[in-house]
Amino acid sequence: MTALTARRVGIALVTVAALTAAACGGDDDTSAPAPAPAEEPAAEPADEPAPAPAEEPSGCAVGEVDGDLNLYNWSEYIDPDLKDAFAAEYGVAVNESNYDSNEAMQPIISAGNSGYDVIVPSDYMVSIMIESGDLMALDKAAIPNLANLSPEFASGLPYDPAGDYSVPYQWGTTGLAVDLAIAGDDVPETWGLVFDTDLAEQYGFVGATTLLNDPRETLGAALKYLGYSLNTTDEAQLDEAKQLVAEATERIAAFESDQYDELLATGQTALAHGYSGNFLVQFDEADDPDQYTYFVPEEGGTRWVDNMAVVIDAPHPCTAHTFINFILDAENGAALTNWNYYASPNAASEPLIDPEILEDPIVYPTDRSMLEFIADTGDFEINFSDAFIEAKG
Amino acid sequence: MGVHAGVVFAFFYAPIAILIIFSFSGDRIVGQWGGFTLDWYREFWNNDQLTNSITVSLQVALIATVASVVLGTLSALALERFRFRGRRVFDALLYLPIIIPDVTMGIMMLVFFAEGIDVVDSLLGISLAKGITTITLSHIAFCISFVSVVVRARLSGMDSRLEEAAMDLYATRWQTFRYVTFPQILPGVAGGGLLALTLSLDDVVISQFTSGPGATTLPVYVFSLIRKGVTPMINSVSVVMFLASLVLIAAMLGVDRLRSTGSNVPSAVPRGDLSAEPAVGGHERGDT
Repeated sequence: MTALTARRVGIALVTVAALTAAACGGDDDTSAPAPAPAEEPAAEPADEPAPAPAEEPSGCAVGEVDGDLNLYNWSEYIDPDLKDAFAAEYGVAVNESNYDSNEAMQPIISAGNSGYDVIVPSDYMVSIMIESGDLMALDKAAIPNLANLSPEFASGLPYDPAGDYSVPYQWGTTGLAVDLAIAGDDVPETWGLVFDTDLAEQYGFVGATTLLNDPRETLGAALKYLGYSLNTTDEAQLDEAKQLVAEATERIAAFESDQYDELLATGQTALAHGYSGNFLVQFDEADDPDQYTYFVPEEGGTRWVDNMAVVIDAPHPCTAHTFINFILDAENGAALTNWNYYASPNAASEPLIDPEILEDPIVYPTDRSMLEFIADTGDFEINFSDAFIEAKG
Repeated sequence: MGVHAGVVFAFFYAPIAILIIFSFSGDRIVGQWGGFTLDWYREFWNNDQLTNSITVSLQVALIATVASVVLGTLSALALERFRFRGRRVFDALLYLPIIIPDVTMGIMMLVFFAEGIDVVDSLLGISLAKGITTITLSHIAFCISFVSVVVRARLSGMDSRLEEAAMDLYATRWQTFRYVTFPQILPGVAGGGLLALTLSLDDVVISQFTSGPGATTLPVYVFSLIRKGVTPMINSVSVVMFLASLVLIAAMLGVDRLRSTGSNVPSAVPRGDLSAEPAVGGHERGDT
């Protein structure tokens, strides 16, 4: 989702929350949910408090429910009909609350006793939350529909390689959107539109471009243009990228993470850097949807995944597993994508997804080999933030 | 001066006028006129989560207002009228919720409730959950200070000789409060209450940290919607909130009128009431 923004603020918030949680954990050792030191994934299932038959991590049977579902999700991210269907099928209520960024959600879960069962964190936040002990190891036996995941999502995701804690919910990309009425129909699909002065002038993007106000996304775009990995920890490469962004600063209208799609649609900009789903919704509402196009430049771009995960102190872990299994059902996964226009990680759903969405390269890029996840670079993260601040001048 | 006032009013009210106009716009993009429609109000009305969040907000605001008015008025009376150990400390502490940033208060509440739920569970065996109760408690916590400040301002402006006179005339403490002090500070109490109501309805940050499953307040929900793009539906929600504030302002003006008529009486009272006061004292004597 669009929440890779405000990363620095987020990290600061997370730190504050972790500090306060740690401080309070000190005088009350009974508080199970206080972030424990990171544990080996293999060791995690053992300390599940569930009154389970031995060996089983959570001991939930397939389709078992142990109370109402408390879902903490992005707003407008699930079809209300799907919630009703789950409620009707399993005879439980679905209580949904919403958050607007990963950084707003994490401290609330991390403090403990949040009352939520299922949350939907983005990729990099999954690894942060695994490390701080916020997530429950999944009982895969209770989620047979995991088999429906397409192979690229079933395992090997950099933030949770074995899928022990998270199950992909929906995914998308970060790229460029162009107003063809200004640029003409023959726009090359390259980051050069942003970083090459000649190209920018040729297509009329000078002063009419927005870049995301996000160090990892925007420096990542420059790194991709230079042919490097966007998760580089090489200072020389990062320095080159910084120079590029600094030069581009003279040509762009703003660093903008929230309104970039509206600015493009209202004609105030002609080129915008942003997230696929947002553009698609915006184009769909335009008078002439064909006036705009979105692409991930040929040099490559970022890809993000939002994931379902069970909170470590979830009051209803079995309902949570059953819900994850429910969403992974072929029909329900398709209903989700048909409703909110984000790509589905569910291979079994594909035949049921509206062909118009499935064949739309904005939702499903044809060449996914150039896409890269933003991985947590650990201590190098601060170099990205600093370089971005310097580049913005 | 007339021109200046006009410019200032335009500066204040033009954005609101634009907000209202575009809530009727048929175009999905805010700021582009797309013909008159009521669709956004319909969508707003049919959005279960939105209407649910309004219910939560109203419930929280009403309970928080009543509770904080009672507690805030009592603390104001204690601080203004009595001397006791720790009065200065209490006085200073009461200002804390006004001074500290919302985020800090929110995180404090978050950790307090997270730990508190465990403590209550292990001591009493009662399993509490975050939700409307925790939001309400946190709102009461910060509203008390505001109510208390407003009521104290009123109390300190009140002539304490009135109370002394009542006491002289054998009114009990309760009678003094009921017939002399309370009518005098009523406008302050009502003003504090409306302030608490407004603050509670407006709060985003603290509510976000203290809400629980299924209990999202209206501002928190609207804020989470904005992240997915602003549609005129948010305008329509804002218009409804704006109308609700108008009602509140009208109520406040009503209170003001009450105050001015009320203060006519009290200003006449110190002298005029000398004749009325024995009636109070008279009851007192009759009772004993």
